Amino acid sequence: MNISDYKGVMVFAEQRRGTVQKIAYELLGVGRRIADTLEEPLLALLVGHGLPDSAAAELIAQGADTVVVVDDPALEVYMTEPYAKAMTAAIERYKPGIVFTGATTIGRDLAPRVSARVRTGLTADCTGLEIEDGTRNLLMTRPAFGGNIMATIVCPEHRPQMSTVRPGVMRRLERDDSRKGSVEKLAVKIEAKDKNVEILEVVVEKAAKKNIEEANVLISGGRGLGNLDNFNKLQGVADELGGLVSASRAVVDAGWVGQDRQVGQTGKTVRPDVYFACGISGMIQHVAGMEDSDFIVAINKNSAAPIFEYADVGIVADINKVVPALVEELKAAKAAR
Amino acid sequence: MDFLIDKEHALLQTMLRDFAEAEVKPLAKEVDESERFPTETVAKMARFGMLGMPFPKELGGAGGDNLGYIMAVEAMSKVCGTTGVILSAHTSLCAAPIYEFGTPEQKAKYLPPLARGEKLGAFGLTEPNAGTDAAGQQTTAELKGDHYLLNGSKLFITNAGYADVYIIFAMTDKSKGTKGISAFIVEKEMPGFSIGKKEEKMGIRGSSTCELIFENVKVPVGNLLGAEGKGFGIAMKTLDGGRIGIAAQALGLAQGAIDETVAYVKERRQFGKTIGQFQNTQFQLADMQAKTDAARLLVYRAACCKDAKLPYSVEAATAKLFASETAMEVTTKAVQLHGGYGYTREYPVERMMRDAKITEIYEGTSEVQRMVISANMLK
Amino acid sequence: MNIVVCMKQVPDTTEVKIDPVTGTLIREGIPSIINPDDKGGLEAALALKDELGAKVTVLSMGPPQADLALREALAMGADEAVLLSDRAFGGADTWATSTTIAAALRKLGFDLIVCGRQAIDGDTAQVGPQIAEHLGLPHVSYVSELEATEGAVTVKRVFEDGYQRIKVKLPCLLTALKDMNKPRYMSVAGIFDAYKREVKVWGLADIEVDQDNIGLKGSPTRVKKSFTKGVKSAGKVYEVDAKEGARIIVEALKEKYVI
Repeated sequence: MNISDYKGVMVFAEQRRGTVQKIAYELLGVGRRIADTLEEPLLALLVGHGLPDSAAAELIAQGADTVVVVDDPALEVYMTEPYAKAMTAAIERYKPGIVFTGATTIGRDLAPRVSARVRTGLTADCTGLEIEDGTRNLLMTRPAFGGNIMATIVCPEHRPQMSTVRPGVMRRLERDDSRKGSVEKLAVKIEAKDKNVEILEVVVEKAAKKNIEEANVLISGGRGLGNLDNFNKLQGVADELGGLVSASRAVVDAGWVGQDRQVGQTGKTVRPDVYFACGISGMIQHVAGMEDSDFIVAINKNSAAPIFEYADVGIVADINKVVPALVEELKAAKAAR
Repeated sequence: MDFLIDKEHALLQTMLRDFAEAEVKPLAKEVDESERFPTETVAKMARFGMLGMPFPKELGGAGGDNLGYIMAVEAMSKVCGTTGVILSAHTSLCAAPIYEFGTPEQKAKYLPPLARGEKLGAFGLTEPNAGTDAAGQQTTAELKGDHYLLNGSKLFITNAGYADVYIIFAMTDKSKGTKGISAFIVEKEMPGFSIGKKEEKMGIRGSSTCELIFENVKVPVGNLLGAEGKGFGIAMKTLDGGRIGIAAQALGLAQGAIDETVAYVKERRQFGKTIGQFQNTQFQLADMQAKTDAARLLVYRAACCKDAKLPYSVEAATAKLFASETAMEVTTKAVQLHGGYGYTREYPVERMMRDAKITEIYEGTSEVQRMVISANMLK
Repeated sequence: MNIVVCMKQVPDTTEVKIDPVTGTLIREGIPSIINPDDKGGLEAALALKDELGAKVTVLSMGPPQADLALREALAMGADEAVLLSDRAFGGADTWATSTTIAAALRKLGFDLIVCGRQAIDGDTAQVGPQIAEHLGLPHVSYVSELEATEGAVTVKRVFEDGYQRIKVKLPCLLTALKDMNKPRYMSVAGIFDAYKREVKVWGLADIEVDQDNIGLKGSPTRVKKSFTKGVKSAGKVYEVDAKEGARIIVEALKEKYVI
């Protein structure tokens, strides 16, 4: 392998049912910064079938220099092997030095398969990406050991340097319709044998359950609430602030709320404008998922709870007494306006 | 001499802890408050082989030993005293005497379903006028050809009503005193056998404690356990084993109360610091743990003696005396360290304190254990 | 059916704490457990065994202490256990790890390979799909339901926004989610047998693998450095009654223009 043959940054522009996902733009955001540092091009790889031209145009507006489109009927619904074939073909054709994929349930399925095929390293769930001075290698930083430590990984002798990137971590660019770029089609032959699994059913679950990663205000409940009734009362605070209720792992394990609401290392990483930690002690696993929130309010009766170390405002009091008082204060504040 | 727990038992402790935390602990409060026998827990214990721990696989057991069984009683009692005594009464007082004193036919018929937990066991010795003085048996069994006719009643019988198989003691010859007592295997379905009044208790409230009534119950001759007149010896030997179980129950209650207290004193703040930062709390905890550890060594020693087929009567009495009195002392201190909250049902330590009291009473009171221990010293 | 469950022994990372003074990881006294997703996969395999009579082999790569995780799997009902343990395997990243495990799987033979989605100490979710690639097998990851049909398995594959039901012909590899079931406890009988049974230990000499592709040498990635996160400077903490606390929060939210 001649490393110097590999140039440019390629991001996998994940789409579902024809809609490019938010993670694709986040990858373009970090990809643009890295590509500019290296003074190399930024490519977006768009894989699917019958995608509208506007999809590629949007990728350009959000930072891509070139959009590589692989279109085939076999690529309409995500299936590992056809997608792996498409991505491998794109890597072989464009020889990017760096490939970013979202750390989604698709990206985390596809990227390892491809990395094994092209015999290169893959670093999962990166939260920090930089170029090292001198070597121009990619420094990939990620949480490890349950979020207790951060590790910086390099892939010095293999190309491309691949990583999956956690959704919600990277900032997307301001979109700019005047940005220029090209669209190239890449033909990849998907054969019948590549469709090596049979998809019997595709179910999209109603988007009624809003994603906690998208919320601006999160009211998160922990074991300190004591029981389900008390946990449900957090909804009152969420209603007043237009936020969503989320939870610690203990609460999810207790079955008070579904796993889609879990914040933390084994749940979701969130960075809302305001994060309420209600009766959450602040174990490192939880903190790993919320510490980047802009403003953190912690309420816990134990003043030694580690959560207070992360809080901008901490209240040492019984959460079950604070919740009704807070709802009242918020109502009063609204009424006064 | 080896004080270290071997690999099998260490693995077993992991399983028992996980099981107790996930399956038993969540029910403990409700089982106590509503005086409900936890049948679902018994079924789960059966599924994972916990109801036949010390018996060989050929007889439906788990192929384990008494140390493992004792660890199970300890682990269950740590989170729920009720569950601990159900397991102990079933294993030590019913399955064990059948295994030790039964004929090959009796073992083949009764032990596999008991050990697999398809059937639950109980033991009936105590009567209204025969408590510590067990020789004063009024229940009689009269030989009538191919069966005995059983008449009388038993009191304070653990697992009563839920058990399918009962080891019952009765006078076959009143003139011989203790030498006239015989043991029988009695089945729940036998006509004339009924369950009487259920006791309302201070602790272990989920366990079923009732009177047993026998009115002309025909017990087949084949259900005589051991020889006629050997019942008193069987009862005493069975209670030697049972005492290790109750000692383990006490041990579990003590450790459970300590664990709850440690968590509480780290959380509860007074005078601007956690109460765990006060030296009084620290010293109390140290005393509680030191005594409980000592109790654990005595209990495990007794179980190991039984496993090694060495005499264990005195060891069992010593373990039960010390563990039960430690449990009472430790749970009382645990309530004290919890302060006012400790006296409420919001925290489990008051239940543990109530549960602990019985361990000083049943299967031989502390006074009886002192008699056993001192008699051995002075013989 | 011949099922091989790949599992990793991991430190229970939920028990890990950071030393508040030195900022370093406190590793002492942290229990080692079977990785939760792997345990879900093991339970799924044992359930297939109960239903159809499969043979379940557990395979782990790690230091000699990983023996404990395999004994636990045996006590839960696995039929055979293999530990891949050799200094030559050490320092491996996911690429080299998957290469090593794939070699062991070739030797073992299989109809179905079950891995956990990811391990809680690394959280990469890479080894399963990479093993499948090395073996040229189809794989399905994020499996939350599994049933066996004739010569195939049908699974529920979870996404953030829904799921697919997928049928895969054997042989294939699945990666399991811990939520897919509630793993059984070890049975007491299984525990008392666990140390009487054999855990095969395979080293480099026991598998056919190119030495350039394993261990640290065969790993494309390197850990350049690792560090604990700095603690954000503390805000203000108030020990007040509930009503005053609520008032303080609302004032703060006003300052942040949230309300």
